[in-house]
Amino acid sequence: MAFLDRTARTFLLSEIVAGFVLTLKYIFKPKVTVNYPFEKGPLSPRFRGEHALRRYSNGEERCIACKLCEAICPALAITIEAEPRADGSRRTTRYDIDMTKCIYCGYCQESCPVDAIVEGPNFEFSTETREELMYDKEKLLANGDRWEAEIAANLAAEAPYR
Amino acid sequence: MPKMKIDGIEIEVPAGISVLQACEMAGIEIPRFCYHERLSIAGNCRMCLVEQEKAPKPIASCAMPVMEGMVIHTNTPMVKKARNGVMEFLLINHPLDCPICDQGGECDLQDQAMAYGYDRSRFHENKRAVPDKELGPLVKTSMNRCIQCTRCVRFATEVAGIEDLGATGRGEQMEITTYVQRTLTSELSGNIVDLCPVGALTSKPYAFNARPWELRKTQSIDVMDALGSNIRIDTRGREVMRVLPRINEDINEEWIADKTRHAIDGLKRQRLDRPYVRRNGKLQPVDWTEAFDVIATRLKDVAGAKIAAIVGDQCDAEAMLALKDLMAALGSSAVECRQDGAQLDASVRGAYLFNAGIAGIDRADAILLVGANPRWEAPVLNARIRKRYLAGKVRIGLIGEVPMDLTYPVERLGHGPSALDDVAEGRLAFLDALKGAKNPMIILGQGALCRPDGAAVLARTRVLAESVNAVRDDWNGFCVLHTAAARVAALDLGLVTPGGIEGVFAGCEKGDIEVVYLLAADEFDMKRLGKAFVIYQGHHGDAGAHRADVVLPGAAYAEKPGIYANTEGRIQLARRAGFPPGEAREDWAILRALSAVLGKKLPYDSLDQLRQRLVQANPVFAALDRQEAGAWGTFGTPGAMGDAPFRSPIANYYMTCPISRASQTMAACTAVRQAQQQALAAE
Repeated sequence: MAFLDRTARTFLLSEIVAGFVLTLKYIFKPKVTVNYPFEKGPLSPRFRGEHALRRYSNGEERCIACKLCEAICPALAITIEAEPRADGSRRTTRYDIDMTKCIYCGYCQESCPVDAIVEGPNFEFSTETREELMYDKEKLLANGDRWEAEIAANLAAEAPYR
Repeated sequence: MPKMKIDGIEIEVPAGISVLQACEMAGIEIPRFCYHERLSIAGNCRMCLVEQEKAPKPIASCAMPVMEGMVIHTNTPMVKKARNGVMEFLLINHPLDCPICDQGGECDLQDQAMAYGYDRSRFHENKRAVPDKELGPLVKTSMNRCIQCTRCVRFATEVAGIEDLGATGRGEQMEITTYVQRTLTSELSGNIVDLCPVGALTSKPYAFNARPWELRKTQSIDVMDALGSNIRIDTRGREVMRVLPRINEDINEEWIADKTRHAIDGLKRQRLDRPYVRRNGKLQPVDWTEAFDVIATRLKDVAGAKIAAIVGDQCDAEAMLALKDLMAALGSSAVECRQDGAQLDASVRGAYLFNAGIAGIDRADAILLVGANPRWEAPVLNARIRKRYLAGKVRIGLIGEVPMDLTYPVERLGHGPSALDDVAEGRLAFLDALKGAKNPMIILGQGALCRPDGAAVLARTRVLAESVNAVRDDWNGFCVLHTAAARVAALDLGLVTPGGIEGVFAGCEKGDIEVVYLLAADEFDMKRLGKAFVIYQGHHGDAGAHRADVVLPGAAYAEKPGIYANTEGRIQLARRAGFPPGEAREDWAILRALSAVLGKKLPYDSLDQLRQRLVQANPVFAALDRQEAGAWGTFGTPGAMGDAPFRSPIANYYMTCPISRASQTMAACTAVRQAQQQALAAE
């Protein structure tokens, strides 16, 4: 019986027909692919992309050099040096992230007591040389300035769950 | 010996101790902030509350003496609730600035809040604000964080002996303050930073520099004075970040002096990081081979007797022995360690040791200071004398010019050798005090020895010590207080020449000595070396390097493993905390390499072999961390003594060595101290 059944299916091209039916169904469904980079998919507010150092609205940098992110970083990607600034406040003189070491775990932003270091929504920061991935404080602050609106919106969206 | 029961553990404890100490003996941890073993009991933080059966309320265990049959509970709901409550009260006014606080990570309040506190506060009002106090260049204050444990106040009044700090107001208005706004005038002020259980007092030079979890800790020995205080050097990467005391009951208890703690920024400045050779009057950088070749060429036709060496005050025993061996191979025996001209006698060990031991001060009942200013020469030892004074029944006499308060009352017996004669011959009543004492102690400072008649003073003091029965089998109260960390080890190695340092200078001037090898020796007038060819091996560009014809960069104390002997002859081992900068190398290795170039290869290739040779040279180096009185004999040269007053060789406590002279922190301290003295003079 099994032999007859298989032979009948083979000669009637039932699998091909089933395949064509499926394809036909998808023709009328909306497309799931996007035309990257002109179109982009949705991102969760929790998305952990490129790092940024934020500022307060008065322009003062948030980071207070507590070094918790440096301590928690499992990849040892963060290097911080600090000393008293001229006005006596505690600030970093150096804040480096080696983006080639970073594993994007997000512990740094979890540990930050002042929401200074965050992983923003940007994931398009590929470079042509390794050196460009050694981020310094200037670069991170510039990232913060560029992405502040998105980062602030994401943090606000996440605030109820923290 | 009262018997008591703590958490069901039956324990017999010495009478008179507190319940807190009894709990510790039973192995139970009691949280505390104000209680400290070495300070008086204040009982004001209330964190150590425990439950005593039949007592209506929880008791403060630090202030409660143990009693027969006491039953103590430390883990009942009542104790837990009491600790929770106290912690909540303490945190009411404590700011939540742990992330910017330097104490973060090593904070008693942080740890104990985690262990014994609630996880939230019910206090919604404003926290109090307290203005910060200016305590000078070493201690940074952030008084909002203060929990009024008064440890700093008690340390200042009891141990340091300065009544600068105190508490004003009460309740929420209570503030720790200097009564008159001014810098702390103690050489031990850095210790209040260690004592502070929160971040109210932190180290100013170390402010915001590092976190405790980033630091690598190395056990080492201090070389800023001759006490050999036990220290811990904290490094991050190659950089020495801070120095903290280690507990050693026989030497420094748990204090260290400010110079020990804060001169370390000198390790980063003025360093010699490559060899130099003087050409046409200017020092030019060269590589090691070239520097060695210049030395070899210069030494080729020089007779051994025309070479002399002077070792500095902070050298390790290994380097000094390697230098001695190298000089011996070159045919010279002129290696001198007494660069300050001290007339020390190296013939018997008892002649140059602090024979009674530093801990012996606790047993002494009459102390005569001769030409010593312990407050500047060894602040930690001074605190020990003060501790002895506070214990009572001791008379302290002083011969010499010491223009400052030693933090305990002294009988000022005179300024110079004549006063020493007066005491020895009974014209001053202090002789009776010494004779009547069970353990008389005579502390002979370098101020009495660094003078032309030093040998006579040494002999006179020896005779005095013998006449008051200070030298017995069970007690030797003849104590030499050194100022140089390397001195005792150098004397143990016999690095003395018959004419002393003056003999070397005279030889240089006459031309009898053509080559002088300086091993980190900077503390004398370089002009006295005349036209000699000077080889300087050391770590800082100080006087010696300035004069030198060849400079060989060596390692400072934090950068090499080394053996040091402190003023009481205790041999101690320091470990390496970092590496010397640039092309600089460990000192013994430089001497070993140089010896090969000179064709007089020293017979050791590793530090272990060198240490074996060290023990061969003098077996005392085999016994680490042991103190006993040295052999006694007849030493010193009896003779006429001059009438110049005894003056301590230390003119400025904060700058006594190449490291401290290169330190900006020490420069700031010096400036503050000078300003204070000028203000005093103006009054």
